[in-house]
Amino acid sequence: MASEQRKVAMTGNEAVANALRQIDPDVVAAYPITPQTDIVQYFSQFVSDGQVKTEFVTVESEHSAMSATVGASAAGARAMTATSSQGLALMWEMLHIASSYRLPIVMPVVNRALSGPINIHCDHSDTMGSLTTGWIQIYSESAQEAYDNVIQAVRIAEHPDVLLPVMVCQDGFITSHGIENLEILADEDVKQFVGEYKPSNYLLNIKEPVTFGPLALQDYYTEFKVQQAEAMANAKKVILEVAEEYAKLSGRKYGLFEGYRLDDAERVIVVLSSTAGTTKAVVDELRSKGQKVGLLKPRVIRPFPAEELVDALSGAKAVAVMDRAETFSTQGGQIFTELRAAFYYAKERPLMRNYIFGLGGRDTTTREIHKVFSDLENDLERGHVEKLVTHLDVRE
Amino acid sequence: MSKLLEIRWHARGGQGAKTASTLLAESALSAGKFVQGFPEYGPERMGAPIRAFNRIGDEPITIHSNVEHPDVVMVLDPTLIGSVDVTEGLKDGGIVLVNTTLSPEEMKKRLGGHVRVATVDASGISQATIGRDIPNTPMMGALLKVVDILPIEDFIERMRKDLTKKFHGRQAIVEGNINAIRRAYEEVKVG
Repeated sequence: MASEQRKVAMTGNEAVANALRQIDPDVVAAYPITPQTDIVQYFSQFVSDGQVKTEFVTVESEHSAMSATVGASAAGARAMTATSSQGLALMWEMLHIASSYRLPIVMPVVNRALSGPINIHCDHSDTMGSLTTGWIQIYSESAQEAYDNVIQAVRIAEHPDVLLPVMVCQDGFITSHGIENLEILADEDVKQFVGEYKPSNYLLNIKEPVTFGPLALQDYYTEFKVQQAEAMANAKKVILEVAEEYAKLSGRKYGLFEGYRLDDAERVIVVLSSTAGTTKAVVDELRSKGQKVGLLKPRVIRPFPAEELVDALSGAKAVAVMDRAETFSTQGGQIFTELRAAFYYAKERPLMRNYIFGLGGRDTTTREIHKVFSDLENDLERGHVEKLVTHLDVRE
Repeated sequence: MSKLLEIRWHARGGQGAKTASTLLAESALSAGKFVQGFPEYGPERMGAPIRAFNRIGDEPITIHSNVEHPDVVMVLDPTLIGSVDVTEGLKDGGIVLVNTTLSPEEMKKRLGGHVRVATVDASGISQATIGRDIPNTPMMGALLKVVDILPIEDFIERMRKDLTKKFHGRQAIVEGNINAIRRAYEEVKVG
């Protein structure tokens, strides 16, 4: 039976740092970058106060942070790091090493725009740029979700059918630096939930020597990639199993996505992270006026839950997908492109359009969400979408 | 208070608006409210105009954007008036609470005459009680008089705990702040 949870007001970063404290990983190697800095700062305080047993490695760059985390994880340690923006970009080549070694590293990412121009605020260009690195990606709406997702990520990553690294994303400054209500599990409950880490193959096991990072050319490279893809496919089931177990512990339910007032919704917005919360408020307002609107918030986008999202949107007549990053394909953002492709073989296809929004931290308020719902209404009257890709709230 | 209360703080970097929004949120949380407290991060420097925000309500809060239509605007530094439109987006029936020696009527004229105004000499109170111009804590005291968020004595009790921790038990500073909160609560004038 779970102990009582503590009701606190914390920033998203403080919440994540506390999740790390409760997980008490063997190794954390990290380099500070705005807006992730607080996570590492709080955590280093926990280290110096003796609240965790973690070996904390200060490194000279994010490339080294990921390299050290990879090394520690390959050696058999439960290893974590955290980053944002340019830091994630600098890790790029090591991200592929982590996933191809099948290392269950958990990394909180505080989403921030990539330069240039230099910008420290939120958009998703950093993690959207790493969708092909073989990492599982989970997105969080609030400080509560960031906390819950980090704890669950440990179990997902380390599951023998998965063994893949996981990024747990939250919106820079918006949730990372704003304080809000959340409930924190008892330390003992988190410890039990994540359990003791028992790696199956690791370098320090001298009884069963293994090699990480061998040469695999035309002969075996393909098989490595196929296995990674299979592990990613397995992750869907594991994510749901872990969520179910976590719900029993915490009372908070998670899935591959969250549908909000979706059942009979004709007009639906699909959006990740903190903007999904703002959208909920608008959905409530429009519902109170009798309008059939809803929200679909993807939680996991690697693996991409294509069938599940199509199924959840099967009753929708008009769908607006909002992406917080440009792809420069001229065909819309990443979530839009993948979701539209997922509908290719569907019997019923809603009208679908895309909005690129909130770049570099541009504030997205209920006003912009109202505009999107109203655009969808006009599209339904018109019978086709007015414009495939719209940049939302741009100065004229 | 059944609906959501939204607050916007105007100050200059270093005057403690971020700290005030955080402390207010934490106090409201301990009174069982749902809260948000966050500054608008920008290229802020000591002395540059900054904004911070609070949402306080009885229901979970999911909106994650800046407050555009505040119920209350808190102006920690009256020299901002003129260069920053502190009344922007104020809700009908909303109120602007200003740290100034002016009366609410005088301040109302300066703000264009169309909004409700409350004034308190938070800087003067802070000089007298803390010995420095730190207007954020007295402004919180004044706020509690203007809106019904939580009882002043509950707030003071909570602040005494927080400040004792923050100032490592330096009792003179803690009591100075508590006196500042109490005086501002009593002296604020609502127009």
